[in-house]
Amino acid sequence: MILFDKVSKRYPGGQEALSMVSFRLEAGEMAFLTGHSGAGKSSLLKLITLIERASAGQIVVNGHNLTRLGRREIPRLRRNIGIIFQDYRLLHDRTVFDNVALPLIVTGLQRRDVARRVRAALDMVGLLNKEKRYPVTLSGGEQQRVGIARAVVHKPPLLLADEPTGNLDPELSREIMTLFELFNQVGVSVLIASHDLELIGSLPYRVLTLEQGRLIHDGGMVGR
Amino acid sequence: MSAAKAPSGRPQGAGATRKGVRRGLKGYLERHLQVLIHALGRLSRNPLSTLMTTAVIGIALALPAGLYLVVDHVRDLGGQWRETTRISLFLKQGLADEEARRLAERLAGEAEVEGTEYVSPAQALEEFREFSGFGEVLDALDGNPLPGLITVQPASSLPPEAIQSLLERLRALPEVDIAQLDMEWVRRLHSLVDLVQRGILVIAILLALAVLLIVGNTLRLDIESRREEIVITKLIGATDGFIRRPFLYTGFWYGLGGALVALLLVNLSLVLLQGPVQRLAGLYGSDFRLGFTSPGMVILLLAAGVMLGLAGALLAVGRHLRDIEPE
Repeated sequence: MILFDKVSKRYPGGQEALSMVSFRLEAGEMAFLTGHSGAGKSSLLKLITLIERASAGQIVVNGHNLTRLGRREIPRLRRNIGIIFQDYRLLHDRTVFDNVALPLIVTGLQRRDVARRVRAALDMVGLLNKEKRYPVTLSGGEQQRVGIARAVVHKPPLLLADEPTGNLDPELSREIMTLFELFNQVGVSVLIASHDLELIGSLPYRVLTLEQGRLIHDGGMVGR
Repeated sequence: MSAAKAPSGRPQGAGATRKGVRRGLKGYLERHLQVLIHALGRLSRNPLSTLMTTAVIGIALALPAGLYLVVDHVRDLGGQWRETTRISLFLKQGLADEEARRLAERLAGEAEVEGTEYVSPAQALEEFREFSGFGEVLDALDGNPLPGLITVQPASSLPPEAIQSLLERLRALPEVDIAQLDMEWVRRLHSLVDLVQRGILVIAILLALAVLLIVGNTLRLDIESRREEIVITKLIGATDGFIRRPFLYTGFWYGLGGALVALLLVNLSLVLLQGPVQRLAGLYGSDFRLGFTSPGMVILLLAAGVMLGLAGALLAVGRHLRDIEPE
């Protein structure tokens, strides 16, 4: 699902965010990406979604070779990826329903199909009764669940999460992780960037550890 | 069995494709309509700023439209008066009635002439006696002092220069003593109208540019205030076209709204001017009145507004949307 082959990312200032990173995430696999802040987690996720482009190396995501992907093809790549942010990034002038519907709207899905799938996604995260609310009236955990519903509503084969529990307390974090496991069980590949080692350690998944831009550990269950 | 199935299967497949295309087209139109209405809804949520922008566009459009209308009316007026311009040919004394009549007939047959009318010296004397009130004076004269007169009505399609040359030609006729045409003012009016029209064109271009910039700038601010929304939709996989659409339609509404305001302003001004103009025309014995904007003008103004709105939006969107990328 994701293939990194000797990928480096150097920013214009000369600072190297990633150097020679290689790994492969299989379809249907769930893994954590960890490391201190500034270790390159966010840079790696940005390369997968083509927010930024690699300076060297090859990246293949869901069959798209990113080095050769033109600007106009980026939307098609992103429609295959569900992205979850630490700060949720919801649109505050739209209802929960409209926020979740957005990925379907951009693909031009017909209205009645949109409603059905939005409700299904909201049901999955347990917010079916709040579809008419505005994001600001929800708690942090609820807002993140709206963000997750938005990320999965169009059934992408790959889910990326950037510190999804960074702003949540341990109990809510557990709930969110359970949701991710649920999606993984139905075949979605999941890559979660997080520095919450305690939470990661309590779960039986592969862990990729970055330090100063290098992949220093790739294996199961750090800290166990 | 498969061979038997194939022929019936093919048209079915084609039908399904056509149906799919139709449904796709319907979905496409539906989406556009949705965005169009959504853009209008968004504008109506900020009524004050929307109204102000629309009013500014409206005034900018109303100015050249109104001026054009006034000049158009003046030109009409000039046209009306030109129909009453006639060339008067005073014939030489002693020219036989018969000869004069033949000349009038010959002139009437020319292409540049719409018609002629001959007034014999005897008729002229009769008319003079009837209308002038100097009948007794005439009785005191022995003989008729008045010359024969042919009035020539130039063809209405004739431009002022051609009328002038027609006049010169008629003046040179041996039967003609004096040829008269007071048309200097018609020519002056025409060149004045041409000049003013050119001026209006310049003003119109400048104001169109202003409308373009107003819409562009308003949308630039709109784009700036929706930066986060644009970033998120881009991250979710929206194409540039999808993101551009609502802004283009907002430009459309601004243009259309501005044109409607302009129509309102122009016609309101016409209503205000109607009374005084009619009084003035009455003093000159004319039944001239101001007409409202013609259907052609309405369509032109609406089209111009919409085009300018869309162009302004394209300008802003092209310049700024590309710069907004997720970081």
